[in-house]
Amino acid sequence: MISLRIIFYVLSVVILTATAMAITRKNLVHAVLYLIQSFFATAILFYLLGAPLLAALEVIIYAGAIMVLFLFIIMTLIAGETQAGHGRRQWIFPGILGVVSILAAFFLIFEAPGTQTMVAPAMVRPLVFGEYIFSKYWLPVEIVSLLLFVALAGALYLGRYKSGGQVETEVEQ
Amino acid sequence: MWWTLGLVLLIIKLTIVISVLFGFAAYMVLVERKLLGRFQIRYGPNRVGPFGLLQPLADGLKLIIKEDFVPRSADRLVFLTAPAVVAAVPLVIAAVIPFAADFTIGGTRIPMVITDLNIGMLFVLALASLAVYGVALGGWASNSKYSLLGAIRGSAQLISYELSMGLSLVPVVMIAGSFSLVDIVNAQARLPFILVQPVSFIIFLISAMAESNRIPFDLPESENELIGGFHTEYSGMRFGLFFVGEYVSMIVLGALTTVFFLGGWRGPLLPSLFWFLFKTMLIPLFFIWTRATLPRLRYDQLMHLGWKFLLPVALINIVVTGGVMLLMGW
Repeated sequence: MISLRIIFYVLSVVILTATAMAITRKNLVHAVLYLIQSFFATAILFYLLGAPLLAALEVIIYAGAIMVLFLFIIMTLIAGETQAGHGRRQWIFPGILGVVSILAAFFLIFEAPGTQTMVAPAMVRPLVFGEYIFSKYWLPVEIVSLLLFVALAGALYLGRYKSGGQVETEVEQ
Repeated sequence: MWWTLGLVLLIIKLTIVISVLFGFAAYMVLVERKLLGRFQIRYGPNRVGPFGLLQPLADGLKLIIKEDFVPRSADRLVFLTAPAVVAAVPLVIAAVIPFAADFTIGGTRIPMVITDLNIGMLFVLALASLAVYGVALGGWASNSKYSLLGAIRGSAQLISYELSMGLSLVPVVMIAGSFSLVDIVNAQARLPFILVQPVSFIIFLISAMAESNRIPFDLPESENELIGGFHTEYSGMRFGLFFVGEYVSMIVLGALTTVFFLGGWRGPLLPSLFWFLFKTMLIPLFFIWTRATLPRLRYDQLMHLGWKFLLPVALINIVVTGGVMLLMGW
């Protein structure tokens, strides 16, 4: 089991480094590449923790679809490095939020009941996962899908053709 | 002891699968050129070796000794690694494809698949969705207008068709009751899924054609308007890697079609490996035939086909399959 523990820490370092690189790069495409790297490592982490389905979905949805769209937008709209650099003052507020989150996490780890015992390693088969989520959490799943549907309808409304056959160009103005 | 034996077996299987894939990919190029020649009433390559059989070697040698040129304004690291992404993705997908019936040697069953993941199909879809990065990054890193246009077209096209490809496989999973490719082949012991799910098969085939960036879906690299699209700036073996990737992915898509719809390695009389290879080769041959027959789609036609035809049909197909399964109490 020691090898699994080593893999866990290696992955954690990769995820944190990649995420840190992603928010500090000036070249946006490079930032996206680092973010993809961190999603990959997260997927492997999920697999390590016994959730192969989540691992696959992480790669399919985040690395395979959402990040491609990020890349797509960046490639179409922004060429090369951004002129506006990261000002020092921009970091203050996110920094405070980050420190608060880390403190909360540490508090949870050391104070919450049940965190001292190790969770037994288990492998969840996709079928079991599906049955669990659709029998116990079907309402949240439906609400989330409704939300996505609303977003889809909204995007359709924004991108629709006017009666003259012209696409609305409010974004460009 | 058993651990070492397993490792040795794994390495043997990996070596065989990778060399077979590369060998087939090289000769697929020759087959394509020969067939295209015949379709256009000419001979095709026939000078290097008997019947032109050594042509792939000559082509490979030529690509290797050519200059590997990197444009000055290119993003060097991304430019150099993008072709590797394109070539690596189909090779990794091949890891979950069962290519023959289980083999028994001295009472031990050796499964003829590199690894039987219980999320096999999702693994395939996840990796297939990564192929787009090779195209997108290769085009972006070249820092040229044509390449960028090709890259943008490529990513839009791959996202669109990935969706209908994934949805066309949902009925297969519903009927087989598993994501594992081995289980899917076993579920087709009585009937191959092409007879149960003909609509899914057609959607999958069209999406596969679009995913492999070939005529009539080769807009990311269309020669006459984008002079090669995302690989305009590439030369030498890096250019070759894009091609190796394309041909390996054609063969892997053929193997996936075989596993999902044509009953995998199952077939009468002849050995299972033969049936698997035979069925797998049918799909690339069909792609080549299509290439010689159809003109390239216009971009809006491509998007309409993907979003307004294939996607709704795939969704309706899922609903109908679910309804029938419910009625029959599957």
